[in-house]
Amino acid sequence: MSVTFVPAELSGEQGVDPSIAPSIAGARDYLELMKPRVMSLVVFTALVGLVVAPGHVHPVIALTALICIAVGAGASGALNMWYDADIDARMARTAARPIPAGRLRPGEALAFGLTLAGFSVAVLGLLVNVVAAALLALTIAFYVLVYTMWLKRSTPQNIVIGGAAGALPPIIGWASVTGGVSLEPVVLFLIIFMWTPPHFWALALYRKDDYARAGVPMLPVVAGDNATRRQILLYTLVLAPLGAAPWLMGYAGLAYGITAVAGGAGMIVLALRILAEKDGFKASKQMFAFSILYLFLLFAVLLADRMSGGLVGHFTI
Amino acid sequence: MITSDLMNDSDHTPSTQKPEAGIRLTEEQLRARRSRSIAIGIALGLLVLLFYIVTLVKGPGVLERPL
Repeated sequence: MSVTFVPAELSGEQGVDPSIAPSIAGARDYLELMKPRVMSLVVFTALVGLVVAPGHVHPVIALTALICIAVGAGASGALNMWYDADIDARMARTAARPIPAGRLRPGEALAFGLTLAGFSVAVLGLLVNVVAAALLALTIAFYVLVYTMWLKRSTPQNIVIGGAAGALPPIIGWASVTGGVSLEPVVLFLIIFMWTPPHFWALALYRKDDYARAGVPMLPVVAGDNATRRQILLYTLVLAPLGAAPWLMGYAGLAYGITAVAGGAGMIVLALRILAEKDGFKASKQMFAFSILYLFLLFAVLLADRMSGGLVGHFTI
Repeated sequence: MITSDLMNDSDHTPSTQKPEAGIRLTEEQLRARRSRSIAIGIALGLLVLLFYIVTLVKGPGVLERPL
């Protein structure tokens, strides 16, 4: 077996300086840094934006756009984990992430995130179009600079405003086909934007001790449970009709309309149950789980709706 | 450095050889480095393939990037 050395001058007298010690981070740690579950939701919503868009796109170009959006989302995740390593270490939900667990150094995460961000934007601009690339760059910058570095630690409105970053992928998908932006993808953006607060506040209600320990000013920590419950209901009351907007505006079919109305009603019922809940967080946990299903169903039915209309003309070779 | 130190050493018998300076990578570090190298290789290969296929798809239009 070959023996590998690092020059002696890189090691201190009392052993290796941890900041320059050989890395133990494997490919799996880097993959974890990209938040694959978040990435899959981003890719899915971007795919819907791409499929709903009018016009034609070559399947290879569409796939290229989705890969770039996925890598851009991964870059955002890596840069978020780099900056938030101190918070992650104090929260049970995130303590096992690669940096707080000591498997990956912050500098490695930063370099990885910046490299992915640069490559994803550059490749999207070179191979798809400049508008989509600019939107991807905006999304990464907004998530890292505005949400992670600024809002997350300073205001309970962090996930409301920061939610814009997670809502942009359908617009990027749309722009990948059309080279521009119009009202339809903005409605998809607004659906995700209004969905984000009830979704995360439902989680924050039963994880507020974790957030408080980490010093993150989530709404239940700062304003209390009752105020959060009211806010969840308010946002859900706006979200439910907004979810049906693609059907009301005529670019989604009846199946979508039924799903949106039924799902929206389910969200409102759960929000009312959260408001009425005095002990425990059963309704909050149900809301957190159901909200994921709700968003997934809306976009899945929209995708199926468009696919049933035939995609042969959409993806032209 | 290490190699030159060994080459300049007048006595090459194993029993008197100076202990090698530097950090010996552990099995875990070697495994991690190998997995990173493979991942970088695959990623670069896919990037090259992507550019190759898109160039074929776009043909001469690959250089046209209207806003």
